[in-house]
Amino acid sequence: MKRAELKQRKLDATSARVEGMSLPAGAPWADALRQDALSRLLAMGLPQARDEYWRWTRPDTLISDVPTPAEVFTPTEAPVFSGLDRIKLVFVDGVFDAEASDALEGEGLEIMRLTDALSSDIHWVKDAYGVQEKKAQDPVERPLATLNTAFATDGVVIRATGKVAKPVSLVYLHKSETSDAILHHVIRVEEGADLTVLENGPAAARFNKVMEVEVADKAGFHHIRAQGRDHERRAVTHVFATIGRESLFKSFTMTANGVLTRNEVVIDIQGDDSMAHVAGAAMGDGDFHHDDTVFITHDAERCESRQVFKKVLRNGAKGIFQGKILVKAGAQKTDGYQISQGLLLDEDSQFLAKPELEIYADDVACSHGSTVGAIDEEALFYLRSRGVPTGDATDLLTLAFLAEAIEEIEDETIAEDILSRLEGWLKRRRRT
Amino acid sequence: MLEIKNLHVKLEEEDKQILKGVDLKVGPGEVHAIMGPNGSGKSTTSYVMSGRDGYEVTEGEVLLDGENLLEMEPEERAAAGLFLAFQYPVEIPGVGNMTFLRTAVNAQRKARGEEEMSSTEFLKEIRAKAKSLKIDSDMLKRPVNVGFSGGEKKRNEILQMAMLEPKLCILDETDSGLDVDAMKLVSDGVNALRDGKRSFIVITHYQRLLDHIKPDVVHIMSNGRIIKTGGPELALEVEHNGYADLLAEVEGA
Repeated sequence: MKRAELKQRKLDATSARVEGMSLPAGAPWADALRQDALSRLLAMGLPQARDEYWRWTRPDTLISDVPTPAEVFTPTEAPVFSGLDRIKLVFVDGVFDAEASDALEGEGLEIMRLTDALSSDIHWVKDAYGVQEKKAQDPVERPLATLNTAFATDGVVIRATGKVAKPVSLVYLHKSETSDAILHHVIRVEEGADLTVLENGPAAARFNKVMEVEVADKAGFHHIRAQGRDHERRAVTHVFATIGRESLFKSFTMTANGVLTRNEVVIDIQGDDSMAHVAGAAMGDGDFHHDDTVFITHDAERCESRQVFKKVLRNGAKGIFQGKILVKAGAQKTDGYQISQGLLLDEDSQFLAKPELEIYADDVACSHGSTVGAIDEEALFYLRSRGVPTGDATDLLTLAFLAEAIEEIEDETIAEDILSRLEGWLKRRRRT
Repeated sequence: MLEIKNLHVKLEEEDKQILKGVDLKVGPGEVHAIMGPNGSGKSTTSYVMSGRDGYEVTEGEVLLDGENLLEMEPEERAAAGLFLAFQYPVEIPGVGNMTFLRTAVNAQRKARGEEEMSSTEFLKEIRAKAKSLKIDSDMLKRPVNVGFSGGEKKRNEILQMAMLEPKLCILDETDSGLDVDAMKLVSDGVNALRDGKRSFIVITHYQRLLDHIKPDVVHIMSNGRIIKTGGPELALEVEHNGYADLLAEVEGA
């Protein structure tokens, strides 16, 4: 296909998608930001299967005018994070549910519904909404995030001004089989502040979510999410983060099920002596398709970044990883690490990886690795020879494979909770 | 206790006969040593007994207290009381040593219809046993055998043996890669498990391990068969004269 033809297809798809959609109304400044996003979207066009960045993940169901229906799944056990002392904010099919949520307040916190913030005459979000999304369009276009900035109907804005004791827990419930949710969150962690944000739940039949995070100097941001168990749900998510000096950014995602997931994380490290860790543990069965696309830019000295992505795949499931570390000129003493691994529990499953390093500084240490393999037969026999039955031994080795990613969760209680979910997933799928 | 009858084994993948009629009887509380040149089938015997893949038993049987081991899965053999100390213990990244041992102990108990061991009871036992093998708490927390030295790996095998309390222990070249001090430590660990009922098969190339773990019976294996059986003095004979004389003697006969 010629370049011009591809572009035309993208533009056609975009017109079809936005036809009949209208930009939500708010304050004039907010309307201008949305209008700007829409113009940018119409100029770049939505992704097509022929786009290099979408080579392994078909975007058609993510850009179609109506979502593919997804059956609502009702788990019997309590959802993840249930036992934690948290500020719980509930969204049902992409709409904030005040009744089911805690009050929008907390020590060291300012929380507001996105729609309220975007309707205010003046708000700090004015300089933040869509700003990172826009910046992240270069060097790779991310039009589904731009679509989100233009059309997001709900979300939260959070400003942390101190060490926030309770995590802010965003719970995404899915109740309608045809829901199409677009949420946009804007988070600012001020100098010296520390915030934890949790996310869980399937959200909708189709979910488009953007989270923009600005971590100021000497600040910390911790993000842990568990994407919902609904098998037929589809999701495209973007996390955009800018990190200041001597700060910490950590993000961990667990995905078990979901017929299609594309998680993009774009991090720009701008201040010296900072740290950014992104990790993911995915377990997939059958027509599960899971794509982690990560882009970390080092634009400061003595910073460390880690990308740890592990996927357990069975029964024809597919795992994708596209990860990049870009070290700009002058980002000396950068320590970059990237590992992506697929564990295939049978011969029908597939793991595809594209690890990339692009380095313009001369005094850096960057490493990347990507592997794909089956359960280690030697280790399996060793465990069995000690009396551990094959099923238990396989589960033990599978969880061990995921350990490096799970270790990125600092909070031990949460790590144990996540681990028990993964264990449950494996137990439910015992062949023997 | 253990009875190996006319065991014939070939490689599954190729037409190569490794064991050509092994017969062996080990009574309760006895220590038997199996010696022999490289490639004689010593390690194969231990692998076949533990149920490793890749071998095909073409004839014979292996009975542990009257039960045919060859019809069981590896984990069932372990629960029945068989333990193989590996020549090359496997490293398992991501699985803590302690978790591994607790899983194994309780899996065996469950298979035998016994109560699982409580965490406190388990901790108490493992600490005491680890201490006598000079295994510190760091080694217990680390992933199974990962980054362990050769000696540490072998001591870890003995710790597993001590925790699992098998009826029959097979030590496959446990002395390989050990210095004198480590060999003493490992042997003391093994000797501490001798209680008059538990039996041992010690596979080794060298007599020196048998100075520490004193065998009741010594077998010489060659070309897939046990060619000579005797007392501890047989090991000394091998040490002095090598295998050549023995092999010649048997072939000549």
